[in-house]
Amino acid sequence: MSLHALTIHELRGRLRRGEVSAREATRALLDRIQSVDGKLKAYLWVNPDDALAQADAIDRSGVARSQAGTPGPADGPSLAGVPIAVKDLINVDGQPCTCGSKILNGHASVYDASVVQRLRAAGAILLGRTNMDEFAMGSSTENSSWGVTRNPWDLERIPGGSSGGSAAAVAADEAFAALGSDTGGSIRQPASLCGVVGMKPTYGRVSRYGLVAFASSLDQIGPFTKDVEDCALVLRVLAGHDVRDSTSVPQPVPDYTRSLGQGVKGLRIGLPKEYFIDGMERAVETAVRVAIKKLEELGAEIVEISLPHTEYAVAVYYLVATAEASANLARFDGVRYGLRVPGEDVIDMYGKTRGAGFGPEVKRRIILGTYALSAGYYDAYYLRAQKVRTLIRQDFQKAFEECDAIVTPTSPEVAFKVGEKMDDPLKMYLSDIFTISVNLAGICGISVPCGFTGHPRLPIGLQILGKQFGEETVVRVAHAYEQATEWHEAKPNL
Amino acid sequence: MAEDTGKIDVAYVAHLARMHLSDAEKQKITAQLKDILSYMTKLNELDVSRVEPTAHATPLSNVFRKDEVRPCIDPAKILANAPKQARGLFIVPKIVE
Repeated sequence: MSLHALTIHELRGRLRRGEVSAREATRALLDRIQSVDGKLKAYLWVNPDDALAQADAIDRSGVARSQAGTPGPADGPSLAGVPIAVKDLINVDGQPCTCGSKILNGHASVYDASVVQRLRAAGAILLGRTNMDEFAMGSSTENSSWGVTRNPWDLERIPGGSSGGSAAAVAADEAFAALGSDTGGSIRQPASLCGVVGMKPTYGRVSRYGLVAFASSLDQIGPFTKDVEDCALVLRVLAGHDVRDSTSVPQPVPDYTRSLGQGVKGLRIGLPKEYFIDGMERAVETAVRVAIKKLEELGAEIVEISLPHTEYAVAVYYLVATAEASANLARFDGVRYGLRVPGEDVIDMYGKTRGAGFGPEVKRRIILGTYALSAGYYDAYYLRAQKVRTLIRQDFQKAFEECDAIVTPTSPEVAFKVGEKMDDPLKMYLSDIFTISVNLAGICGISVPCGFTGHPRLPIGLQILGKQFGEETVVRVAHAYEQATEWHEAKPNL
Repeated sequence: MAEDTGKIDVAYVAHLARMHLSDAEKQKITAQLKDILSYMTKLNELDVSRVEPTAHATPLSNVFRKDEVRPCIDPAKILANAPKQARGLFIVPKIVE
């Protein structure tokens, strides 16, 4: 198999045995990017010299060869020599960081995010920046100021979003793994639509220091990988307490690789009846039902559960997330970084800068969020949404008294065509219906491939949810399912 | 909250957000927000009079750290990203007459 097509655990074996150098692994990806990214546009920025220099440093140090195979602590060199792509809203010192927005055109990061420091300490190579919906607002990557990323399975279709570039890069073997961020499904939905594994960890599990904030009570960083074992490997590196993020939780990080191969015997898996609704694509429902049968065959006990406030989640989410975004994005005002459009006075400068720098979806959400927080509307919209959020959280707390994990479709549909939903924001918002409650409740979830549609052949994702800090159970169920099926081995023709 | 959703004053809200919008943008956003806000009225179906709001999902509060001097990023590096800077400062239009 070509080097670029390997998983991280396969690559680590070769690095450890000295069959492959970090430079060769990096070179293989740079060649792959050269040959396919013109079609996909998953990357916004790659600097071959910079990536190869990082690889050479790893090769000179010898850490990939001597220690890569040793399961060690999270800060050990467990990803030595492994090139990883980063979504364009996580700071990597010296690399551009535009959040997919022209308001940050030309901006270069001046520090490493905590997750990037952790990746560096683990020996990973920071390969490049992946495309995204502007400030992570979107479900298709069409809201990027720098153009649309294409789905590797069908170039006429979107890769999902907002982390569409990261999902497409991993699906197309342009990266061994990629970082994304998930505020309402922005890791799990594109993972589903591109046929890769994507995990949103529990709120507080991974530090957000150095992540450009969208909605601070919902945002979480997580990995895209080619299989569940790689997900466990990368998550082990990313997770952990960080004093620089006061929402990160001081709780020990388990070795997630120990959850691999544990099987699902004796686990109770809940199916929320509210998630099997009208309007879901037939092929998606069929694939998910078959997957549930498979889990039952593997020894899990399937129980019906109820999450009665599911139907309110989209409304709650788009009030809470836009309200928080309207505050977070106030920092883009033309003073300290990014675009400045001169004005008559400072207020005029802010207005012109933001009017020229933000795209349509970001403007729409800033207006909605500002409105929801404004005098006279705060109680009716924002406060009410926060109260219904409590009910959604309690739904999950009750459900997890009856089961160990919850299984649902990741998205009610497969990848749609570029342009199909751009003029109907509400329709676009409703495509997040199965993923957003997870962020509202602060729990964890993963999407793993569970089948394909017929014609065209497009991936379908299975979502597995765990309670807060329940990543081990999620990895355990996901791995058992994946190892009993072959979906994760399928590759797009490029 | 349902009654007045048709009357959202986008020009006023855009001013609060310090964000200029063209007339075409105002028109489009007004129409789209009308749809979106009428969808939000769904939340009125629920009685939340006895429910506490959730600001964030983890039960952390009062996270303290020591207030101590630590190294910071080189100011010159930060200023290199500024639209306008001089003598170690960000330059902005005059604010006070």
